[in-house]
Amino acid sequence: MINKSLKQLGQALAAKDISSVELTTLFLDRIARHNPELNAFISVDRDRSLAQARAADARLASASVAQPAAPLTGIPIAQKDLFCTTGWKTTCGSKMLADFVSPYDAAVIAKLRDEAGMVTLGKTNMDEFAMGSSNETSWFGPVKNPWDMAHVSGGSSGGSAAAVAARLAPAATGTDTGGSIRQPAAFCNLTGLKPTYGVVSRYGMIAFASSLDQGGPLATSAEDCALLLNAMSGFDARDSTSLDRPPEDYARALEKPLNGLRIGLPKEFFNDGCEPAVMAAVEAAIAEYRKLGATTVDISLPNSHLAVPAYYVIAPAEASSNLARFDGLRYGYRAPDYDGLDDLYMKTRAQGFGAEVKRRVLIGAYVLSHGYYDAYYLQAQRIRRLIAGDFAAAFTSCDVIIGPTSPTTAFKLGERTADLVKMYLSDIYTIAVNLAGLPAMSIPCGFADGLPTGLQLIGNYFDEARLLNAAHRYQMTTGWHERMPEGI
Amino acid sequence: MKWEVVIGIETHAQLATVSKIFSGAATAFGAEPNTQASVVDLALPGVLPVLNRKAVDCAIRFGLAVGAKVAEKSVFARKNYFYPDLPKGYQISQFELPVVQGGGLTVQVGGGDAAYEKTIRLTRAHLEEDAGKSLHEDFHGKSGIDLNRAGTPLLEIVSEPDMRSSDEAVAYARALHGLVRWIGICDGNMQEGSFRCDANVSVRPVGQAAFGTRREIKNLNSFRFLKEAIDYEVQWQINEIEEGRAIAQATVLFDPDRGETRMMRSKEDAHDYRYFPDPDLLPLVIGADWLERVRGELPELPQQKRERFQRELGLSAYDAATLTASQEVAAYFEATVAVAGAAQAKPCANWVMVDLAARLNKEGRDIANAPVQPAQLGGLIQRIADNTLSNNIAKKVFEALWNGEGATADAVIEQQGLRQITDSGAIEALVDEVLAANPGNVAEFRAGKEKAFNALVGQVMKAAKGKANPQQVNALLKKKLAG
Repeated sequence: MINKSLKQLGQALAAKDISSVELTTLFLDRIARHNPELNAFISVDRDRSLAQARAADARLASASVAQPAAPLTGIPIAQKDLFCTTGWKTTCGSKMLADFVSPYDAAVIAKLRDEAGMVTLGKTNMDEFAMGSSNETSWFGPVKNPWDMAHVSGGSSGGSAAAVAARLAPAATGTDTGGSIRQPAAFCNLTGLKPTYGVVSRYGMIAFASSLDQGGPLATSAEDCALLLNAMSGFDARDSTSLDRPPEDYARALEKPLNGLRIGLPKEFFNDGCEPAVMAAVEAAIAEYRKLGATTVDISLPNSHLAVPAYYVIAPAEASSNLARFDGLRYGYRAPDYDGLDDLYMKTRAQGFGAEVKRRVLIGAYVLSHGYYDAYYLQAQRIRRLIAGDFAAAFTSCDVIIGPTSPTTAFKLGERTADLVKMYLSDIYTIAVNLAGLPAMSIPCGFADGLPTGLQLIGNYFDEARLLNAAHRYQMTTGWHERMPEGI
Repeated sequence: MKWEVVIGIETHAQLATVSKIFSGAATAFGAEPNTQASVVDLALPGVLPVLNRKAVDCAIRFGLAVGAKVAEKSVFARKNYFYPDLPKGYQISQFELPVVQGGGLTVQVGGGDAAYEKTIRLTRAHLEEDAGKSLHEDFHGKSGIDLNRAGTPLLEIVSEPDMRSSDEAVAYARALHGLVRWIGICDGNMQEGSFRCDANVSVRPVGQAAFGTRREIKNLNSFRFLKEAIDYEVQWQINEIEEGRAIAQATVLFDPDRGETRMMRSKEDAHDYRYFPDPDLLPLVIGADWLERVRGELPELPQQKRERFQRELGLSAYDAATLTASQEVAAYFEATVAVAGAAQAKPCANWVMVDLAARLNKEGRDIANAPVQPAQLGGLIQRIADNTLSNNIAKKVFEALWNGEGATADAVIEQQGLRQITDSGAIEALVDEVLAANPGNVAEFRAGKEKAFNALVGQVMKAAKGKANPQQVNALLKKKLAG
């Protein structure tokens, strides 16, 4: 059961080969056994998960041919711990919210449970407030990579990625602000999808950088991601940036042959910034695509080198404001001793936030300050428009852009915590996508020194179905995505 | 040295929407603390704002009413600062691109012969959310926070520094107060804080082009305080300068008990609000359709009504301004004229502005609850016009109507026998009687004492129980005394 796709699990549940309670128990047992070492989950509540599983079983029991249950009914899923959940704590990986229980459910949580009938397995570890690329900024400790316990699982959705890679969950939710779904997917041999900005509701997703954040699925295959996106997406009037578009079936084009698909290869992604072993895997994948009938075209994204600097202005600026609500007054951590209001604010935030969060809040406050706003924030917004323009120009000559997801495989725990620029460059290929608001995926494309490598596919706005199609056809012929870490 | 006062006013008008500007929670005043605060108002993690269209309608109404440009695209921005009654740690406001740009308000300053009209230009008006309230009583050394008000929609209306006296400032504030109520976007309740003014005050030597350094007086919630605060502040600034001290830019509070302004914070303490466009909200785009719909829903505006009253009814600018102070007053006046006839517009204006206003004031009622209906007053004025009533008797009839002693003026006149005597034969008989009975007064008058004439008029009116037509009495007396 732990190696079945979501489609297969759905069929098994519908056929009563297994119940949701049995399936959920199976994964809860695996979590109990392996999580102490992996640290992928922050909160697990067996009784609550099993209660949801019983509800799903009741739905399955009352389903009929005329009125079948939703396709994912009864399948367990792990939720990144920045989606607000009633019942489970929602910590966002921070001491600030270490004991916070939300009185309401995020849109994604409610949709997956109430509409799709899925079962929440627990809440997964993450970089504090999603600020990190290695899951090492979590107040709850780093997550280990199931492929090699000495290595990071990536970030910020590192807990979700490790959980699915170790098959502690069949799938998980993640969020991606600068690569936080795609980079951990690449590091853990998973398929991850960051949708077009506005496709998945941000209501109830604790904001890091509002104009960049987007929820999406982490799973073992493109097909699973398509099914999950069907369940997660949709207009939500509570999110003003949610897009009011007719619902679509993201799995509709999975099987379409790739003949005539034009793949753009940006020269800026194929330089010596990428480790040769990773590049070799990417080149092999491109060769495979040519075999599948795709053509390749050399393109340029000339402002790519500006993406990381622009991102590290815009994201901290928004974060500095988004995180102002964590002041110790209404919920969350409050410093035990303080002298007056200002001292309460300062001590609470000094003690409640970790170093990376504080660093970004400071950077953000700085770039928005009087006298610096034009030079930093406005300049970064101009770069953002240039980057979006680069992609728009590129998509006139290609359908999908391909390159590496990350310049390296999963690095060692602790290796980059002292070298932040190197840490930030881990997202050098993923960040531009968020600045432009485009959909993108990372899919497994081989191994380097025993660690997985990721291939990034970037699509035009609302082209998720085409990306999933390109990913699925590749996965049908290669099988990298079916590889599992040993020993778990 | 002669000093010129320069005043600009920022006004926060709470918009009369049912729900908040970015959440579905109710905006009603006076509920138990924190019972009207949704997850959005509490700024729980993960919540997002959604703009209330009705608040935008209000802003458009205002923009159209003051002849401003309603921006096709305006942007919500975050104003960042920490305070316990600001749950998100930022206020959603508009900064660089406000929804209403420019416009102006023509106001009537002063009364009587000294009255004059002045147009105060507006800089802008923008939408924003109100903060909650900090409650410092009843918590034994702690402060309580009530977030019911958090997220209540506000329109912040900013004037140009066009006012040159506290009277002009009050005239502007009153006209603005009248306008926002007139167009139905704000209930204008100043006690409850629905309409509050900040005054930016500076002084400069007469003739100097550059403005002096201003100080901002915060949160003035009555017209009286606005005037007192400005008058105090102006005198204080003049004294400072004349004693050789420079004015430093500052924010001050007015203490109504002591009649003084006192320092709240200096420019050095001013916040850097780190404004930036709110990424949770898209730019507000107001198309021609939206604009035209709201334009179609607007009532006749006070300025238009004022001009019409002057043009069609021949009222003075002062009367027209007074009668358009609120929709209620204007409606009452127009309904009175509808009965009395347009030719009686001036007496109608006087009755509404003087007699009715005084009577309402005495009982602390507002015009909507006047016991005398406009049709009743119009009927009364008709009886004055056709000489059935003298002005004095008319006041008695008005009082009777006020006390519910009759349904119409005619009914009161009939029941109480108040019809004016206009039969010249009957009046002549009374005049003859009085002249015969008061030879002393007659002699005095003939000796040149004008006062004696008034005494004789009084005697005739007394004999007629006040009902004789005064003009006829005057004319007959003059004729007889001359003869």
